[in-house]
This record gives sequence, structure tokens and C-alpha cells, in this order.
Amino acid sequence: MKHLRQLEDQSVYIFREAYKHFDNLAMLWSMGKDSTVLLWLARKAFFGHVPFPLLHVDTSYKIPAMIEYRDRLAREWRLNLVVGQNKEALAAGMNHTMGRVTCCTALKTNGLKQLIEQKGYTGIILGVRADEEGTRAKERYFSPRDKHGDWDFRDQPPELWDQFKTAFPPGTHIRIHPLLDWTEINIWEYIKYENIPFIDLYLDRGDGTRYRSLGCAPCTTPIKSTAKTVDAIIEELRHTTVAERSGRAQDEGRGMELLRKDGYM
Amino acid sequence: MATVQARPTENLNTVIVGHVDHGKSTLLGRLYADTGSLPDGKLEKVQAICRQQGKEFEYAFLFDAFLEEQEQGITIDTARTFFTWKGRQYIIIDAPGHKEFLKNMISGAARAEAALLLIDALEGVKEQSKKHGYLLSLLGVKQVAVVVNKMDLVGYRQDVFDGIEKEYRDFLGQLKVVPERVIPVSAKLGDNIASRSTHMAWYQGQTVLETLEAFRKETARGEQPLRFPVQDVYKFDARRIIAGRLTAGRLKVGDRLVFSPSNKSANVKSVEAFNVEPSPTEATAGQSVGITLDEQIFIERGEIASRQESIPLVSTSFRVNLFWLGRRPLERGRKYQLRLATHEVDCEVATINRIVDTADLDQRQGGNVVERNQVAELTLRTKSPIAFDPYHAFESTGRFVLVDEYDIAGGGIITELVHDEQEFLRDEARRRDFAWVKGEVGAEQRAQHYGHRAAVVLLTGAPQTGKSFLARKLESVLVAEGRHAYLLEGENLRRGLDADLAGSDLAGTDEMARRYGEVARLLIDTGLIVVSTTKAFGSAYAQAAQAIRTLVHPAPVITVHMSKVAEEPPSDTDLQFAGPKDFDEAARRIIEELKKRGVLAQAIGGKPTFQYSI
Repeated sequence: MKHLRQLEDQSVYIFREAYKHFDNLAMLWSMGKDSTVLLWLARKAFFGHVPFPLLHVDTSYKIPAMIEYRDRLAREWRLNLVVGQNKEALAAGMNHTMGRVTCCTALKTNGLKQLIEQKGYTGIILGVRADEEGTRAKERYFSPRDKHGDWDFRDQPPELWDQFKTAFPPGTHIRIHPLLDWTEINIWEYIKYENIPFIDLYLDRGDGTRYRSLGCAPCTTPIKSTAKTVDAIIEELRHTTVAERSGRAQDEGRGMELLRKDGYM
Repeated sequence: MATVQARPTENLNTVIVGHVDHGKSTLLGRLYADTGSLPDGKLEKVQAICRQQGKEFEYAFLFDAFLEEQEQGITIDTARTFFTWKGRQYIIIDAPGHKEFLKNMISGAARAEAALLLIDALEGVKEQSKKHGYLLSLLGVKQVAVVVNKMDLVGYRQDVFDGIEKEYRDFLGQLKVVPERVIPVSAKLGDNIASRSTHMAWYQGQTVLETLEAFRKETARGEQPLRFPVQDVYKFDARRIIAGRLTAGRLKVGDRLVFSPSNKSANVKSVEAFNVEPSPTEATAGQSVGITLDEQIFIERGEIASRQESIPLVSTSFRVNLFWLGRRPLERGRKYQLRLATHEVDCEVATINRIVDTADLDQRQGGNVVERNQVAELTLRTKSPIAFDPYHAFESTGRFVLVDEYDIAGGGIITELVHDEQEFLRDEARRRDFAWVKGEVGAEQRAQHYGHRAAVVLLTGAPQTGKSFLARKLESVLVAEGRHAYLLEGENLRRGLDADLAGSDLAGTDEMARRYGEVARLLIDTGLIVVSTTKAFGSAYAQAAQAIRTLVHPAPVITVHMSKVAEEPPSDTDLQFAGPKDFDEAARRIIEELKKRGVLAQAIGGKPTFQYSI
């Protein structure tokens, strides 16, 4: 498991750089496998502590089991949980039938932007991985966002020798990506190795399906799978050639590029 | 096509570089397609988009994720892709070859352990082919394979290939880089990518895939002497943990560590970790760890821990090779932030020795500025001394980046130390500190007792500018506030400790400054805030101030420059008062500065820093 230790060492280093350089730091937690591994790595970096708030941008369409899991871990690990929601958009009836990109932008991107503005966060830690989809493969570990939260992928800062972009003009913020080098298999290997509690929607619970990627209930479909253990998931992933986010509706066409340019996770 | 892969046991970061249009993304696309590493439907999806847009399918489109990349047919930013082959997971970094995107190429190549450098057989060796070769050597990528692409366009002719191989080997030879191999391929048609070409019987060497397999994993630097740059100090609970990542060597519980440039030392008491049973007792190069020490010494981010017999170099000046990526040119005299491992310090360019022409390495150019995308040899000077190594001896502590305003604007490697005028005193201070005999009461205990740390406030400037008056005022205010401050008056040393130096030629001034610094050092050890002036040194005040700084290092020194009219103060000035002065206000501002620097306890506010800083 040497390669997992190497990934862990790099992620921990990134966490500590972020904590040192940002006065108002927060971390996104969607309760999915990636951001839960991220949370675990924060506890590694800070010796059992999580010295910044965890943000959950609640679209109100999450699967209920995810909310139960969130509240349980927040209690057990003494987390500072901050829940944000775009109440205006929800009151106006926003849902996925109004267009998936429109809905994701309103409830997730704008929900996050509102939270960042209210709390004045200057550094946001996220669990995006380079192998998830094309635009994330182009990310930096420390990635600037402008005053509108937008991402200028045409002009990204250089990043070398573990020296990151930690200075930025007032009003802008930095997205921090400690999991960039991890693959989907690495995530599951690490969950197993460290025995990290995860949500059982990722396993087949008897109906021959499981979730491979978790999002909002209307826009996430389970895959056919009989994987009932983490080992079975790892085995399955080793043989699959189906993309991880194939069950995520907003990825269709060029959805992710458009979403991410505007500040989507 | 589903492939069963062995469990990966290691990762290898590999970068693909080369001139624009020489076929990097195509090579990558082909490699994935021919090894069955693409997700189901990816090939078909991209082919469908091409049909829809009425253009010919290219393998490059598989990895050019942005609309603009596909439309312009060039890679704009580095992309990371993954594939597993024979038990090894490759993280392949596709770096853009266009001149404008050099910073992205560097971001990609800087994290690579091996590189494939592409050259177009039809176009031959181009400007960026050479620049990328040069930068790979500067970035420390030691394993390089040269891939001569588009052999189909030159009729698979061996003489064309041989010509390019010779020209490029000669160029790399000047950089002391020996390519692992040079491979003729056609990425578009799949010749010598994953399978052997039937068109080039004259080539008996390895394919690109075989070359990847033959790249060696970088061996850990565990056998080198220890280098442990301090990243942060945490006090989340009862433990005071020094966090950081070992960049070389190893450490274990009980080891004696020396921290540079502060010259403090202590023994490793424990190695701390979360969810590791049993607790580790040692750590090795590459690991991000936390340790506790057996003694409460004050150390900060940026210091490098080592063993006493192999400490890093310490200076304010060194020669470097640098590449510049900034929006505005690098200029002599302008201030930049230098970041080396975890140390961040202000610096300026002392001299630009030459601009390197990466196409013709013998060519020398002079100049006062380094333009974007140029490479240069410089001498840098930092505001305060830093610990470092020459790059040829230690990679991670021998390289640095420069930050211009908000951006990382350049990077480089240190080629040699430049002796500065403080070297002699610095050696004296080091020998003295290593051998320092301590009492039972430590600096932290004194700081807790007094409610502040020890520090020096040094008032400098020409005669008759109010230094002594302000010093007296400051001492009174501090003591009235309950601080333990003491006015160190040069006049008292001159007639006593320095009585043998009467006649004061220049050597006398040097020796006076040395004694002054050593007295201040003793007072610092008592936990006092020492308030003093350079009055005794007359107009040689700047030189004396530097000597005093060196000798009391690493105690905080606040240098306050006084003048009758506005003037350029010495470079290490913290506060400046010019013209007619409100001395109460001046004293108040110095006290603010003491708080800001964490000398006075009130400075700890807002966010808990978990730093030991009382």
C-alpha cells in the first residue's frame, strides 16, 4: 500500500499549506466517498482535529440516508458543520426539470457562492479528482477563482515543486484540491485500508444495483452491480471501462465545462 | 475492450513535452486506445462529436477537454490522465507545447519523474524542442526518452531519423543529459507506440510502451543526510507538534536535531500520527509527519532540521539558474518573495549575470531585465539569512520560486553560495549557540513568566535624529505597561567593555559592533526587550546594525530608521520616522510592531494560530 501512503503524504502536505496560508478556510463535504476521504485526510494532517468548518451545500434533493450519515459523523467527530442552501431559488421552485445545468448552477454553484460571500471564506478545500472528467484533469492543487467565483482555465498560475498559489487579490478566493492525484480505485483502497465509515448506498443491498457516484436523487442513477463489500467494488472497478460519472446527468454533452467555468465544484 | 490489470503497486509521474503540433496529445490518445485504457464509449463519443462538427477524428481530441482546445487543435493546459499497465499506475501529464503556455508546461513537468520529449520528423528540432529539453534538465527530470514522431510523413526513412537523433543528442549532451533512448514512431498510425512497427525494420529498440515500463521509480532520498523543513507548529491539544515533510534522510525518536538558520537544537521525543497503531518511531524522506521535542524551543516555519554534522548552508546571497514566467519582466532592485521549501523571505536581484539562449547555449546576452519565458543566471540577495543547499547535493532544499505580487512568477535552482559580509559573525554565532550552556529555566518559561518574548528594538540613522530620545521614551512606556525592557546604551560599553578599543579605526568599529551584539545576545537570553541605538557607531550605523542582527539571530529585531528628512532607509528597516517627530506616536507604533511580530502576548488575536507564540 506504498502508493496510498505517497498519495496521503502529498494530500497532507497540501492541507497543511492551506491551513498555514488562509485565515478563513473551509472544506466542502458532500458526504460522498471522495469528500469523506478528504475529511479523513484532514484528520491525518491535523492529528485527529479538523480546524476549519465543513460546508454542505444542501440542494434539498439529496438522498435522506446521506443527511443522517452527515449528522452522525458531525457528532462523533466533533465537526463544525455549516449548511448552506439557495433558499430563494428553492422558493421559486427550482428543480432539475428546469434544465440540469440551470438547476446545478442555481442550487449548487450559486448556493456555494452565497455561502462564500456570507462567511467571507478565502480558501475552499474540495475533493475533486483529476480522473473524474476532462476539465478536472486540468486543475491545479491551488486554483484561483475571481470575484464572481469564475474559473479562468485559459490563464492558470504555474504550480511547481509543492509551491502553491496562496496570495490573491481581495474579493477573490482559492479552491484547494488535495485529492487531485487520486483515482477512484485509490479512494476505495484507502477507505478499506484506513477503515473509513462510508455510506452504504455505494454497496449492493440486495437489488443488484449500487451507486457509483452520489449526487441529488433525481439526477443520480445507480449502476447494475452485485458488489456488497469494498473489496468487491475494487475488483469491479479494475474490470470496468464505464466512466465513473456516467450516472450523473449534468455531465452529458459539455455540461461540466460550462458548469465549472462558472465556479461549479 | 476490457483489460484485466494487476493491482498497481506504484505510481509513476510521466510528462509528455515538445514543440507545438509535434503530436503529444495524439501520442497519448493512441497509447490509451492501443492498451485498452479508454472508458467504454469515449472513442465513439469523440468520433461522433467530430462527425457532427464535420472534421476528421484525431486521437488528440480524446484528451483536449476544453472546447477551445478542440477547436484550435492545441492543448492549452496541462492535463493529468491515468492508466495502469503491468502492475504500475502511470499518471501521464500532457503538457502544452505552445510557447505562450510555457508556464503550464513547467507546471506539468515539475512533478514528473520521467519525460517523453516529442520531435516531429518532418519539421526536425525546433525552438521549443530545445527549450523543453533545457527546462527538463533545470527541473531535475533525469529520465528522458526522445520520441521522433510522424515518421510516416518522411517515408519511415532511417537517415532522417539518424540526423535528428544526432542533432538532439548533441544538444542534450551540452546539458549533461543522456536520453534513455530515441524512438522513431508514428503516433497517428500506431507505429512503435504499443506494438512494433512493420515499416521500420531498421529500428530494433523498444516501443514507447516498453520505454515507459523501463522507466525507474525515483528512489526515495532516505539514504541522504536528513533535511526536514518545518511546515508549521501545532498546539491543538497538549502536544506541541512540529509538522513537516522530510525531503531527505530519516529521523527517529531520540535523534538530536539542529534547526537552521536559528541554530536551536533538541531531541525527537515522539513521532505523532493519527489512526496508526502502534505509534511510529521513525520517519523517512517523502513522508509528511509530526514530531514532538524533548525541550520547549521556539522554532518557526521555514527552518530546516538536520543533524549537526551535516547542516545546510546559511547565507543571504547565492547564485541561481532561473526561468521567468511573470506577467512583467524580472528587474534588478525590485522586491520579490522567495519561497524555498517552507521558507518565505523577501529578496531582490543583486546582479543579472547572463541571459541564457536556450537554442544556442554558448550564446551570452547581457541585460538588466529578464523577460517572460527567458532563462537567466542571477545572484539573489535575501532580506534575512536562509538555510538552503546547492541543488546538485539536495533537490528539494536547493530550488525555489519567486513570487511577484500575487503570482508565482519564476523558479530556479541554487548553483552556489555567495559569501556575504556576515559570514564570519554567523559562524561565530553558530559555534556559540551549539555550545551554549543552559540553566534550568528555558526561554518559554521566561516568556510565560514575563508575558512577552525577548526582542531587540534597534534605532538607527544619522547623528542628531532623535534616536536616544525615542529609545528612552520607549523604555519608559514599556516598563510603565509592565514589560521587562532595558535601555542598552552604547556610551556605557564604550568606556567600559570597549575601553581597549580607544582610537577607533574601522577594525575597532567592527569589533565594537561584535561586542555590542554579544552583549545584546546575553540580555536576550535573560528574556528582556532590549531597546538600543546605533549612536555609538556614528555614520557607520548600517553596518553595525547588520552585525548586531546576525549575532542576536534568531531573536526578533525591530529596526527603526530615523532621519531629519525623508530618505531611503537600509533594506532591512521595519519602521521609518522622517522629519519632525511625535515621539509618543512613534513609541506607540513600535509597540504595535512588537505586537504584530508576536513579541507581546496581545498579538494573538482573531484566528487561533496554534503557534507557540507567547
